[in-house]
Amino acid sequence: MKARLIIFLNWFVLLGSTLLVCAVLGIILVDIFSKGMSSVTWEFISQPPAKGMTQGGILPAIIGTLWLTLITTLFAVPFGVACAIYLNEYAFPSILTNVIRASIRNLAGVPSIIYGLFGLALFVQAFRLGTSVLSAGLTLGLLSLPYIITTTEEALKRIPNSMREATLALGATQFETIKDVVLPSALPGILTGVILTLSRAAGETAPILFTGVAFYINGLTSSVNQEFMALPYHIYMLSTQHQSIEQVRPLAYGTSVVLIAMVFLLNLTAFYIRFKNRTQQ
Amino acid sequence: MDHVKLSAHNLNLFFGSKQILKNINIDFGENQITSLIGPSGCGKSTLLRCFNRMHDLSADARIEGTIQLNELDVYDKKNPVTQIRKRIGMVFQKPNPLPKSIYENLSYGLNIHQFPKDEIPGLIESALKESYLWDEVKDELKKPAVKLSGGQQQRLCIARTVVLRPEVILMDEPCSALDPISTRKIEELILSLRKDYTIVIVTHNMQQAQRISDKVAFMYLGELIEYDSTENIFKNPRQELTKNYVGGHFG
Repeated sequence: MKARLIIFLNWFVLLGSTLLVCAVLGIILVDIFSKGMSSVTWEFISQPPAKGMTQGGILPAIIGTLWLTLITTLFAVPFGVACAIYLNEYAFPSILTNVIRASIRNLAGVPSIIYGLFGLALFVQAFRLGTSVLSAGLTLGLLSLPYIITTTEEALKRIPNSMREATLALGATQFETIKDVVLPSALPGILTGVILTLSRAAGETAPILFTGVAFYINGLTSSVNQEFMALPYHIYMLSTQHQSIEQVRPLAYGTSVVLIAMVFLLNLTAFYIRFKNRTQQ
Repeated sequence: MDHVKLSAHNLNLFFGSKQILKNINIDFGENQITSLIGPSGCGKSTLLRCFNRMHDLSADARIEGTIQLNELDVYDKKNPVTQIRKRIGMVFQKPNPLPKSIYENLSYGLNIHQFPKDEIPGLIESALKESYLWDEVKDELKKPAVKLSGGQQQRLCIARTVVLRPEVILMDEPCSALDPISTRKIEELILSLRKDYTIVIVTHNMQQAQRISDKVAFMYLGELIEYDSTENIFKNPRQELTKNYVGGHFG
């Protein structure tokens, strides 16, 4: 009797925690969508802001966030994947590689505002890139690197050694083995990690604050050395910095809906890749 | 013995400070099947992996002594390991087909060693025939190799090795993951390969060693205890240890 009670309590606590987390998520989503959906129209996502941002849309912020994510991807993915390949495939276990690995894990815990300050000092000032979408994208790339390295390394670890031995024993070089067998097999895992990381990076505000995001720009960002508007910062600005906050509140909620939808689409891609990979095996 | 194809002289292997192989001296005759037997952990798989330098990627493995393929020094830095492994093929304990099609599993090795493109289909066909797999897969060469049964996968792995025309084939317990019928097929295949290749096989199965091998080497705790014809090892072993092991008293 007592044993059954304990089993029931375990089950109840675990299920309860799960439901609680889901409920919080649900409340947030319902709140944002109910208050924001009315302002999400075709004009909203295809027009620039108008009349001191009390009207019009958020096209420059959408474009800015896309630019930002693109630059982050181009910078962080190749370096991150290369670093993970080195750590998992080439580096012999030693104190040095353990120190490198621990440093990377620790980098993942650095607050994002610190990355913002670092990006300001390094990219904006030292490299003289100015406050631009390039500086901001590189800063976000730095922030993303530890996550990409860690998830890629985990994906590579899951490839059994027998797979590597198969091609090595045929006389393939280590590089050919990685390029032809290890990477293709690990690709779904790597892509999932990359996409989850990027969707997190796309919603970051602090790292882009000092490195290039603008309150308002005239026209769209068309090259990497320009300043840009971004969705998360636009939300922050509309909800705290605007002169008539009450009036633009629906626009802030609408912008949130768009940002969540974009991130959700990215996550859906990761989900699709995993699903496709599972059904192929 | 006939011509010596592959040999180890004064071979010692250490993992860190632990010595795994102790002063191994052994010659494998051309076109012979040699079985390496011994209890688990005696170093037979470790020894097998010395011949195609599979320990190269282990950071803490250290090898002393020499291994020769004909007159070639296998561990001479001048000889690229990829060429060594092309000449000394290996089949593993668990079938490990590449996550590609049946055809690509065989064409992979041919491509990386730059065989002429127009010869590849013919080479693949004859390797599959040699491995008794052709009739079963000839209509579905584009099928993923992982969809084959375990026994078929292992024959594919042998075909993948054979297609490169190696001189020696190393086999590390190739039947231990297979059912008796698949095992029988692989054994027939191994016997039929003897005319073209020198085969060294690690096995835990005494009956298998008796059925297929010309010579048998018994190892214990990293040492080569006895190396003789299959008949002598099983009927008239000279060493007490060998007698106890093949008699089933330990292992």
